[in-house]
Amino acid sequence: MNAKNTSSPDHIWDFFCSLKLTIFTLLALSVTSIIGTVLQQGKPAEEYIREYGQANYELFKKLHFIDMYNSWWFVALLGLFSVNLICCSIKNFPRVWKFVTQPLLVAGDGTFKNSANKAQFTSKESAKSLAPRLSEVLKSAFAKPTLTDVDGSLNLFAQKGIYSRFGAYMTHLSILVIMAGAMIGTIWGYKAYVNVVEGTQTSQVWPRNGSQPIDLGFSVRCDDFDVTYYAGTTRPRDYTSDLVVIENGQEVLKKTIEVNDPLTYKGITFYQSSYGPAGNGSFEIEVTDNKSKEKLAVNSAKGQKNALPNGFFFSVDDFTTSYDSFGPAAKLSVVDPDGTRRSPFIILQNHPEFDERRGGDFSFALKGFKEPQYTGLQVAKDPGVWTVWVGCFLMIFGSMSAFFFSHRRIWIRISEENGKTQVQLAASAHRNQAAFAFKFEELQKQIEATIENKA
Amino acid sequence: MDSNFFFNVTTFAYFAAMVAYIAYVVTRSSQVAAFAKLFSIGGFAANTIALGLRWYESYQILGADGRAPMTNLYESVVFFAWSILLIFLLIDWKYKQPALGAFVVPFAFFGMIWAQFRLSASMDPLVPALQSNWLTYHVITCFLGYAAFAVACGASIMYLIKVGKEEKADGPIGGILGVFPSIRILDEINYNAIMIGFPLLTIGIVTGAAWANYAWGTYWSWDPKETWSLIVWFVYAAFLHARFTRGWVGRRVAWLSIIGFAATIFCYLGVNLVLSGLHSYGG
Ligand code: HEM
Repeated sequence: MNAKNTSSPDHIWDFFCSLKLTIFTLLALSVTSIIGTVLQQGKPAEEYIREYGQANYELFKKLHFIDMYNSWWFVALLGLFSVNLICCSIKNFPRVWKFVTQPLLVAGDGTFKNSANKAQFTSKESAKSLAPRLSEVLKSAFAKPTLTDVDGSLNLFAQKGIYSRFGAYMTHLSILVIMAGAMIGTIWGYKAYVNVVEGTQTSQVWPRNGSQPIDLGFSVRCDDFDVTYYAGTTRPRDYTSDLVVIENGQEVLKKTIEVNDPLTYKGITFYQSSYGPAGNGSFEIEVTDNKSKEKLAVNSAKGQKNALPNGFFFSVDDFTTSYDSFGPAAKLSVVDPDGTRRSPFIILQNHPEFDERRGGDFSFALKGFKEPQYTGLQVAKDPGVWTVWVGCFLMIFGSMSAFFFSHRRIWIRISEENGKTQVQLAASAHRNQAAFAFKFEELQKQIEATIENKA
Repeated sequence: MDSNFFFNVTTFAYFAAMVAYIAYVVTRSSQVAAFAKLFSIGGFAANTIALGLRWYESYQILGADGRAPMTNLYESVVFFAWSILLIFLLIDWKYKQPALGAFVVPFAFFGMIWAQFRLSASMDPLVPALQSNWLTYHVITCFLGYAAFAVACGASIMYLIKVGKEEKADGPIGGILGVFPSIRILDEINYNAIMIGFPLLTIGIVTGAAWANYAWGTYWSWDPKETWSLIVWFVYAAFLHARFTRGWVGRRVAWLSIIGFAATIFCYLGVNLVLSGLHSYGG
């Protein structure tokens, strides 16, 4: 029995290096990830209880299914995944490094005998005169070769795509870089939100999972929030907020943000994410006294009682942004001087002349409706994000070079024996062998044509 | 002639190509195979023109809000069909194995049929969240990746059909299976298609993350669509590594490829139709 194979540290090491572990971890991550897509994550307890019952909820909680991507066991799987990556890289990297720094300049007999791509010629020409010409052929058809003289036999070696040997390592490294970036973001960054009413400013934001506000170190003011619609429809086209960054009493940055176009200041980014009404709106109403033809402009909140000439009152009772196809409309009612309330009526913003036809003492026209809004901002600080992008770039570049480029090597040995010169060829590609075999055939023909005086 | 006309032509051509490829498998006539290829190329050309026209029409209908045709379920399905044909024609060009068409072109044909009979082709302006160039990069790379997985899945199905028979019989097998590529070639097509698809899926996930970061400030939020794309990525990463180890070649990787494609389809359609999340397709 071989002591090396049975000692347990080696066993453990081999386990952590093994491809079997990789396949197991990848499939385990796939299967467990499904749980979190079927079971909504991070909802209040009542929702789970309502949907699945108390007993199931207790079970989910015990198994950490409710916040599974942060659970100890899922993080442990990701940890296993990283350890596997690190171990296998440590194990294999020295071999690859040797490949790159100490190429096999002289191939042995075994290579010439067993390569998938090989050929042999004999010639009467001397090795010395053949070598430079074959060297030229290799250089123009493949890559510039290195010549090594070993006891009279001349060895040519040429290679291409050596860097593709690093592809897998670059890809593996990239995963660790991305994980490091994610960790930096979790430790030193935050995700928060804040609602800013138009015309006001704030210097604090509220983290997603925490109750203490975070101080920004500067203030953000919202001058205006707007929703624009596609012409003739109620489909929102854009949400925009005019933001101003104020630091030490100075306006330092101004930007109109919209969905897909945030504002960043000092590593903190503000994203347009929601909006809503903030407090009472105000109606701009033009009243015409039908007797005197006098006009009167009134600003009124909903439900507010407004005085009119001669002891009359009116109020805006209701409002809608679209009354059938007529657009914005308000429901008004008039109260007589003796206190009797007349039946309510509708006025339309887009048809100001409409109310004249009703008759009565006054006619009303809706000129506008202003409602202060708040803009809902998503606030993110993520100092790890650039690390993540570097990792992503490495991953794309690494996986492409691992798959699409291959390390191709060609050896030629020219040796003289019994007055004849023997030319031996061998070649290998570590990937995409079929295409390389094709290429090798062409090269072989070229070399054959170069050799004169065949024996 | 509008894009709709060319989409109809596309569907007909894919149908004809599918029938011809199946006929080729049965008759083994190289003439039938030539027709099948002609229909595929013709259908692909019509599909290309239709997508181009729809892009152009979007500017006529929506004015300055025109956009690349990749913004709703209908458009994504017809683009998916286009991608499948593109990858299939590339693989066919390299391997010259017409029988593969009988197992790949149906994906494109049924996609087209579904889009034309069941999905709304209306062209609505985009909600604010989708107004970004990232959408285009994200969709193109994801769907080219998915299409490569579709081709790999077709090759894997053929592999599984053939491998059992080949093991039982000694010597070459005749009949319908005789025109199937050899299992070595099928295995290689499977592997090569996934080698094309995997980096594309990787770029698709990265562009999606970049977009999410730009639009919402989080590049990853474990929403069901994101998570499923990662599941697909894990499965194909497992596939690629499985190829390096002995004992996992052949049947098992063919199954992994089929499971991977099933996960891909779930990621594309199932998530929206069954689960809920941020992405708009099928919503
Ligand atoms: C984009 C993703 C990935 C690509 C393109 C990739 C590529 C490769 C390649 C080409 C090899 C062979 C290396 C060689 O023969 O020297 C390899 C080996 C390996 N990979 Fe990956 N890999 C990826 C992701 C992963 C992941 C996520 C893990 C797991 C945690 C992993 C773990 C391993 C392991 C353990 C080996 C075995 C190395 C050996 O024993 O020689 N890889 N990978």
